[in-house]
Amino acid sequence: MAKEIRAEMVANVWKIVVTQGDTVADGDTLVILESMKMEIPVLAEGDGVVSALHVAEGDVVQEGDVIAVLG
Amino acid sequence: MFETVLVANRGEIARRIIRTVQGLGLRAVAVYSAADAGLPFVREADEAVLIGPAAPAESYRNVDAVLEAAGQTGAQAVHPGYGFLAEDPLFAARVEQSGLVWVGPSPDSIERMGNKIRARNLVSAAGVPVSRGTERPVADVDAALAAATAIGFPLMVKASAGGGGMGMSVAADADGLRVEFEKVQGFAARMFGDASVLLERFYPRVRHVEIQILGLADGRVVALGERDCSVQRRNQKLVEESPSPAVSPELRLRMIDAAVRAGEAVGYRNAGTVECLLDTETGEFVFLEMNTRLQVEHPVTEMVLGIDIVEQQLRIAAKSPVSFDPDALSPTGHAIELRINAEDPKRFLPGPGTITRWDEPAGEGVRVDAGYTVDTTVTPHYDSLMAKLIVHGIDRDEALERARVAVATFRVEGPKCNLPFFAELLENPEFVSGTYDTGLVTRMRS
Repeated sequence: MAKEIRAEMVANVWKIVVTQGDTVADGDTLVILESMKMEIPVLAEGDGVVSALHVAEGDVVQEGDVIAVLG
Repeated sequence: MFETVLVANRGEIARRIIRTVQGLGLRAVAVYSAADAGLPFVREADEAVLIGPAAPAESYRNVDAVLEAAGQTGAQAVHPGYGFLAEDPLFAARVEQSGLVWVGPSPDSIERMGNKIRARNLVSAAGVPVSRGTERPVADVDAALAAATAIGFPLMVKASAGGGGMGMSVAADADGLRVEFEKVQGFAARMFGDASVLLERFYPRVRHVEIQILGLADGRVVALGERDCSVQRRNQKLVEESPSPAVSPELRLRMIDAAVRAGEAVGYRNAGTVECLLDTETGEFVFLEMNTRLQVEHPVTEMVLGIDIVEQQLRIAAKSPVSFDPDALSPTGHAIELRINAEDPKRFLPGPGTITRWDEPAGEGVRVDAGYTVDTTVTPHYDSLMAKLIVHGIDRDEALERARVAVATFRVEGPKCNLPFFAELLENPEFVSGTYDTGLVTRMRS
């Protein structure tokens, strides 16, 4: 089942670590956000394949925005 | 003395400096980014200049824009606060070359203390205890592994140019060192533009205790007692107190002697802080680093000594005597500072937002240094510090009780806020007993 990974806070997208189609395991870093001088890794919540990436480096995300979808 | 002081900073510290500048009958000039136009420090300054967009590199770290604002407003002195340009020797030199007074130590002192390896070698030569570690940057993983045999595990892998808890990592063994060395080196190159890495002995149970010093206009270096900053998350301070529950009068004298020696080694002028690690089991301490600027937590020292450190900075910069007798300091009672951050109280992840409610506590022995008020916005562009709550009491118990009442009555709504963490901490047996070390917050959250 597809699982949406959402931003927990307003942040800048600092680095995209995975690409669409990658197989990831629970706890792997997908994307690194930057907010208030802190790097915040966004982690895979379960094993799966990255079926969609909704952000690019430099984007600003709001709390609740979908960052990636794991299929 | 100069008549107009430009404050090259933002938020709570800009506001706090402006208060003292104006209290001395001087004019205060603020500089601000487009993201901060609505904050109290901009309104409270006598004059405020927009110097650029939100990105710090284009505003608060933009040397040309800050100096241009100084020229435009007729400022004769520049106070850098902490962070941003405060420890940039090139900025300090540019300020002086522009004919302005720099409210801080000489560019030479900043530079010599700014590099961690150089600083450690320098103070060690002056008789200050330092931890076992590398005396020059470690070139690669093989050199690191060789050095590790002499120092012993566990080790701290540290970016030489790092600070504020960034660019440091613990290695428990050789395998860990291989991983952490590469990580810290990469991070240092990216973040600080300087990939130098050093290794130091890591002490698992330590307290972080620092000594406030002042290099006076007449050349003397004096110490204003210690602050205990052992309540930390991610190597960043959350709480500071003075005096330290772990420092005996005899130990205090030894730490003060070391801090004064460190200051004298570079002919230090103005306010600075000598940070040390204190081994809770042996009572031995080692030099960690020197911060060549006003410290976030300076208010706890002000509360126990009854002096205004920013005022002393301005007096020293003006080559005037300080307002108190350095030979007759008389600390009174106990002070505790809590850093009220826009972050959640469980995982300490930041959460900016617009403040819809902001009710500050008040009462005897309660001080709030805030950068925000109701209807202002905490943005993701800067650090998460919203305010500092400082309490003072006749002893530690009274300070703790005042802190509990103040935390319970402080109301912040809108952004995330770590106030509930402090309510929990102030009931924690380790913290209340004063026996805690830098691992406390991790233990509370595991």
